[in-house]
Amino acid sequence: MGGLLASTLVYGLVNSVVLLLTSLGFSLTFGLSGVANFAHGGLYLLSGFLCWLLMHRVGLPFPLAAAATVLLVGLLGAAIYRTVLMSVRGIVLSEVISTFAVGVAIVEFFRWKGFTTYDFTLPALVDGSVDILGVTVDWQRLLIVALGLALTGLLWLFTHRTMVGLALRGMSQDEYTALSVGIESDWAATLSLGLGSALAAVAGIALLPLGIISINIGYDVLLIALAVTVLGGLESTTGLILGSLIVGFAMVITGNYVGPRWSEVVYLAAIVIVLAVKPSGLLGKSKELEDRV
Amino acid sequence: MAAEGEPLLRVRGLEKAFGKVLAVNDVSFDLRPGDALGVIGPNGSGKSTLINLVTGFVKPTAGTVEFKGKDITGIAPHRAVGLGIARSFQMARPFYNLPVYKNVVIPVYSPRSRKHMGAEFGDRDEAAVHLLEDVGFERDSPVPYKKAGELPHGYLKRLELARCLALDPDLIILDELFSGMSMSEIAGILPLLEKLRAAGKTLLMVEHRLRELFRVVDSVLMLQFGRKVAAGTPQEVMAMPEVAEAYLGAEVKVDA
Amino acid sequence: MSSPGRATRRERIDRGIKVRSDEIFVLASARDLAWVLLPRALAVAALLLFPLLGARVGPYWQTVMINTMVIALLALSWDLLASVGLISLGQSLFFGLGGYVAGALDSFAGLGPLWSIPLATLLGAALATLVLYPLLRLRGVYFGLITFALPLLFMRLIETTGALGGTEGVSGLTPLPNRTVEIYLVTAAALLTAFAFRRLIATDYGLVFHAVRDNERSVMAAGFDVQRVKAQAVFLAALPAAFAGAFVTHRYQFVGMTAFAMEYSTLPLTAAVVGGPGSFLGPVVGSFILVPLSEAMREFGSLRVVLYSLMLLVFTVGLPEGIFRFVARKYGQFERRVAIEEAPDGR
Repeated sequence: MGGLLASTLVYGLVNSVVLLLTSLGFSLTFGLSGVANFAHGGLYLLSGFLCWLLMHRVGLPFPLAAAATVLLVGLLGAAIYRTVLMSVRGIVLSEVISTFAVGVAIVEFFRWKGFTTYDFTLPALVDGSVDILGVTVDWQRLLIVALGLALTGLLWLFTHRTMVGLALRGMSQDEYTALSVGIESDWAATLSLGLGSALAAVAGIALLPLGIISINIGYDVLLIALAVTVLGGLESTTGLILGSLIVGFAMVITGNYVGPRWSEVVYLAAIVIVLAVKPSGLLGKSKELEDRV
Repeated sequence: MAAEGEPLLRVRGLEKAFGKVLAVNDVSFDLRPGDALGVIGPNGSGKSTLINLVTGFVKPTAGTVEFKGKDITGIAPHRAVGLGIARSFQMARPFYNLPVYKNVVIPVYSPRSRKHMGAEFGDRDEAAVHLLEDVGFERDSPVPYKKAGELPHGYLKRLELARCLALDPDLIILDELFSGMSMSEIAGILPLLEKLRAAGKTLLMVEHRLRELFRVVDSVLMLQFGRKVAAGTPQEVMAMPEVAEAYLGAEVKVDA
Repeated sequence: MSSPGRATRRERIDRGIKVRSDEIFVLASARDLAWVLLPRALAVAALLLFPLLGARVGPYWQTVMINTMVIALLALSWDLLASVGLISLGQSLFFGLGGYVAGALDSFAGLGPLWSIPLATLLGAALATLVLYPLLRLRGVYFGLITFALPLLFMRLIETTGALGGTEGVSGLTPLPNRTVEIYLVTAAALLTAFAFRRLIATDYGLVFHAVRDNERSVMAAGFDVQRVKAQAVFLAALPAAFAGAFVTHRYQFVGMTAFAMEYSTLPLTAAVVGGPGSFLGPVVGSFILVPLSEAMREFGSLRVVLYSLMLLVFTVGLPEGIFRFVARKYGQFERRVAIEEAPDGR
């Protein structure tokens, strides 16, 4: 008894943290530098393949390959800022289009290369499973939950308790004041792009083992990140968690009770409905409203 | 039209809270047709917010605004314009990429002007250039054909005024029109403001430059921390010790 | 200090055209007149004569031409949206709506292309405006985001609910009479759109569009309902895109989820950016560059998508004015090298 309900609860929670982890990088970059990194999904996908390549073509052990991937993708994010975004900074249209172009280029490159078969899977970090409330959950998912929560906590500490983090947040709130106290805007944005991309890589490596690597996940991940970020409002960790919980549970509930395909409709609908009804997000402040509207 | 003696603009208990801060706190005043009211006060005292509340750019958290006897609290900005309220902005933000006269064509082309003035305007480009000349752009100069982004500050302020006048408003609200203008530029504008008053227009001016302001308005309202702290004729208000004290700094700045 | 020896600089002079303001041109001679008008006349003539070549150019090039015009219609639509400050990452929304409306009208009401294409153009555009209306308050990133999500949402909805033929689509629709009619129809639509939009944006009505893009606050202060202006822009922009959808539906006698495919968003976006936004000729030029290239690379599959993403990137960052403006500027100027005169004070 209670099988469906328990499964909804457990998997809703797991799914929420998965979404949280997926969105963390996008939200961090957006919150800190105002750049909506539409290449987020592409970088996520890239991380999966990069890690696979490092393991199977270079022969690195998994932990090393994973660490190298996170580092490399982080550097790539920073490089995207220095080479592409810096010259169009402030022109929102060009920022969106150029990151979008980078993302599409990455995703379609892998589609062309044909990396779509069962051969390209990443190993789970841990094997086995455990029963929670009578629902079988594998350790990988539990590890992801722990990782997602830990990273969220660390990020909160980073942005609220460290000098660098506070400087970055200051930058995002008032660029002129931050400039006048000696924080350099391009440096801050480079860092935020790099960190956001590295987080996309962490998410990719941790989450891709849950299934086979499919190409369209590059676009799905971007949309999920958009949904969660839009729903929760920017710059607030609470909002991000709330957004993940709502979208996460909504997906599992519709998947379990309405039909498995509907869960994909849900987060897309969430983006549209939230932006139409309450553009500032659920916890948004008026400043954000001004930016969006 | 409002009946004789009826206020054109009636503001009652207006309040705007940004979070826990009351930017405007229980402000009330009346403007009769033909009145000219100056709103003064230190920086951050809520003057611009007051204008934004009256013109619909910001929605009040409490209080009412009536215009021509009609409740217009929290009205959409374009509707306020349609009723005859025009405003300028403290930070002039023209359409930088358009030629100066095209900046004025926008309000000349607006629904209000089209309805209100009909064919009277004739060629809109020409009407725009005439309006620019009215606010002190030199006759037959190339300045109106330059890109608005190339205008010096004093011209930008006059452009703001021209954009208000293009709407043929009954109530003109000017947010720090004089700031950043030179003495001679202000001297050039004053007769125009006099003329507007003589034509029966109602003026509401937020201003830091008191000496120049007092040459236009006949009553003054002072805000401090969002509250109305003084009201009366310029002489009365300036005689109040608390006003003189609050304004000492600004007076010095004016003379500097 | 300039380098010694070769003290020359490049001087650019506008060709025989005196410009007093943005609007007043004085042409000096018939030669200058020809210089200005000939490229336009030649381009229009070439477009109108192309279909007459008929089978001589072969079906491949006819297809390329039709696809170019379809993408040009979508790119023109994108450009009008951009003129009011709305950045669309999802032109396939308009394309798909037009396509499905045409499919429904033909399949369920049996109207045939003569009625269904014009009706689908209007209804599709109206539908798109209705869908986007509550979202028009959004600016910049957020509007781009919503246009990116909406076509995918429609796609998933059709897939999940099985409505409108579901994954199978609607097939067996009435075809257009023949290839020549197809080419003429779509070419005429693209030309008409380009000229209509250019005209529109030069009027005071179009001026308001640009004003909204530059500074919404001042447009409000001038007494315009900004949301309404934007809605009108969306409707006008949606017309050619919905037409393109309806046209392609009848051409293939089929409409399916692919009508909302990302290619109908990325290709027009790239065409507009490569050709140069803001001129309504740039997007057409861009389509003529991209579509033949894309068709030639069809066997490389997704690699062509990679290629035009990269072009999109390079042009956004490197040549934001686009090819058309760049070439037009060069075409309208003499260039010569002149000796640099030493300034008297030696600076």
